[in-house]
Amino acid sequence: MTNQSNKSLNSNITKLVNQPYKYGFSTEIKKDIIEKGLNEDIIRLISKKKHEPDFLLEFRLKAYKKWKQMTRPKWAQLKLSEINYQDIIYYSAPVLSKKLNSLDEVDPELLKTFEKLGISLSEQKRLTNVAVDVVFDSVSIATTFKKELAEYGVIFCSISEAVREYPELIKKYLGTVVPIGDNYFSALNSAVFTDGSFCYIPKGVKCPLELSTYFRINEQKSGQFERTLIIADNNSEVSYLEGCTAPQYKDNQLHAAVVELIALDNANIKYSTVQNWYSGDSEGEGGVYNFVTKRGLCIGNNSKISWTQVETGSAITWKYPSCTLIGFNAQGEFYSVALTNNYQQADTGSKMIHLGKNTKSRIVSKGISAGNSKNSYRGLVNINSKAIGARNYSQCDSLLIGNCSNSNTFPFISVQNSTTKLEHEASTSKIGEEQIFYFLQRGISLEKAIELMISGFCRDVFMELPLEFAEEADRLLSLKLEGSVG
Amino acid sequence: MSNKNPILEIKNLKASINNIEILKDLNLTINQGEIHAIMGPNGSGKSTFSKVVAGHPAYQVLNGKIFFKGENILNLEPEQRSHLGIFLAFQYPIEIPGVSNEDFLRLAYNSKLKAQNKSEIDPIQFLALINEKLKIIDMSATFLSRNVNEGFSGGEKKRNEILQMALLDPELTILDETDSGLDIDALKIISKGINSCMSPNKAIILITHYQRLLDYVKPDYIHVMQDGKIIKTGDAELAKELEQKGYEWLK
Repeated sequence: MTNQSNKSLNSNITKLVNQPYKYGFSTEIKKDIIEKGLNEDIIRLISKKKHEPDFLLEFRLKAYKKWKQMTRPKWAQLKLSEINYQDIIYYSAPVLSKKLNSLDEVDPELLKTFEKLGISLSEQKRLTNVAVDVVFDSVSIATTFKKELAEYGVIFCSISEAVREYPELIKKYLGTVVPIGDNYFSALNSAVFTDGSFCYIPKGVKCPLELSTYFRINEQKSGQFERTLIIADNNSEVSYLEGCTAPQYKDNQLHAAVVELIALDNANIKYSTVQNWYSGDSEGEGGVYNFVTKRGLCIGNNSKISWTQVETGSAITWKYPSCTLIGFNAQGEFYSVALTNNYQQADTGSKMIHLGKNTKSRIVSKGISAGNSKNSYRGLVNINSKAIGARNYSQCDSLLIGNCSNSNTFPFISVQNSTTKLEHEASTSKIGEEQIFYFLQRGISLEKAIELMISGFCRDVFMELPLEFAEEADRLLSLKLEGSVG
Repeated sequence: MSNKNPILEIKNLKASINNIEILKDLNLTINQGEIHAIMGPNGSGKSTFSKVVAGHPAYQVLNGKIFFKGENILNLEPEQRSHLGIFLAFQYPIEIPGVSNEDFLRLAYNSKLKAQNKSEIDPIQFLALINEKLKIIDMSATFLSRNVNEGFSGGEKKRNEILQMALLDPELTILDETDSGLDIDALKIISKGINSCMSPNKAIILITHYQRLLDYVKPDYIHVMQDGKIIKTGDAELAKELEQKGYEWLK
């Protein structure tokens, strides 16, 4: 005779929040598409469709030439199928009948899509303290609070618009933080990028709203090549957040973004990401390849750039938000939670390049791996001979859930002067059956137990998120752990 | 002892872990108001018994029944058994990094209230309640801000178990070697805590190797467990006899 109490905890936990990916729907909408494939003519066509000035077309073509000579780096030891770059649609845009004067003219189908994603664009319902730019496949659909921000001199718009309206700023800064030939995917992005956000915070202005961009890949065969550029002029301050989702498809979709941040004297940029691209099914089929180059330049004295990321989606996440610390007293920070489940792979971390005197950096990385997933921290702290008095603190913690997940840490440290203070801490822990039983015996449900342990593990990072999103991130993590504890 | 209302009745219980049978035909009845001690050599199945009553999923029940106040609980989940009023003080309380003792205790308390369809209490109300309970085990409030059992000394971990017992106010408590590794002062404090939680409508099972705990918490019955069965039952005198003679003579 058997009974219920003999079933193992594993099956017990399988019941836990077995919630499918909520954002997996796709939108039927009339689209303007450039046939799949990649060559010079396609790039010219993209540039033409976007009415770009000549300097940008040259920038693109130069990048394309460079990219053709490069090969995909193999050092990350990620398992991925070869990407056929001729099979990707590089431009897909919803057809808009005319130039929009207000959000009310946006196709209702699109408004509904974003409504469903929890991003309300209508005047009445939108968040009151967050300005949002929404990017659908290859183009920006709308930017809220533009007028209000303009009163402060803050420019917040799509990068396509910035290219047309503020070419001198684009010409001056685009590609200065992440050079065209920096890596294989940055070269590809520089050749074919379609949209993204542009922010300029003028001297002495503390941006009155949170700025935010929401990225949505809709088209099955399309790649999204987002380009974001944020410039914080002297004594200015800005907090920016990006969110991402995509429909469920059996094919892998490519998202290769480049984000460049520039902080001048005494400027402060806080950049947060909540990434929830479709991560593939429980067998590892489908999902987004998220290959992103993010870098910040602390060029001014006392400047500060802080990256916070919560990475929960994507079949493969491959990104290292970094800071180059040039100005005297410049500060770089990186706070990361990367959660992988099923067959997801994440290889993420940060590079802190110390060039200026008294520069400081801080890395706090939390990796959670469940199922058969693979989660690696890879980072570099490089302290140059001129960076007198530089300091770095790094902390890399891993949490394993179940018996089949994999967690690695690859910290690289290079120090070229003796005045440096550097600390590195690392830990690995596991949520085990006995811990869960302890909660259950005290009457606490499985869901609550996991939530409490995960949020405890991630607290240092979540504290860095803008308030509105910290709670959402907490919830997101609990939901992602689909019956994987045991 | 006067009213013979059974809290726990175990009938012909057989249980295994990893296909190894540990409990072999165990029978035991515990009535309201009674304190029972279970003694016996290492590996005789005492801890397995406590885990099976609490519903640990790693153990398989092969045969028999467990009734809690007349209700068969074998089909209940561990947290449901907890809500009914079954509490297990662990032999080795586990560390839970990143979760504060205060949050853990409040969540446990509110889970129980919720299961009883009562409204949950807020952190401020809870603090007042838990501060009263802390006095029972003679601990300062700093105990609350530390992570659950993390970096606790052996004695602190055991005190934390008694704190949870005092907070959740269970009808049936099983204390699995709560006295092991305690110095004499800690033993006294813990015994005082256990006694203060006892009342005529409740019951306690003490799993122990030593007579000294039984000097402070007086049992009504003593059972000797061997090879997954209870082989002898007696009164408090039996423990003293075991202390002198060991278990060999019972075979």
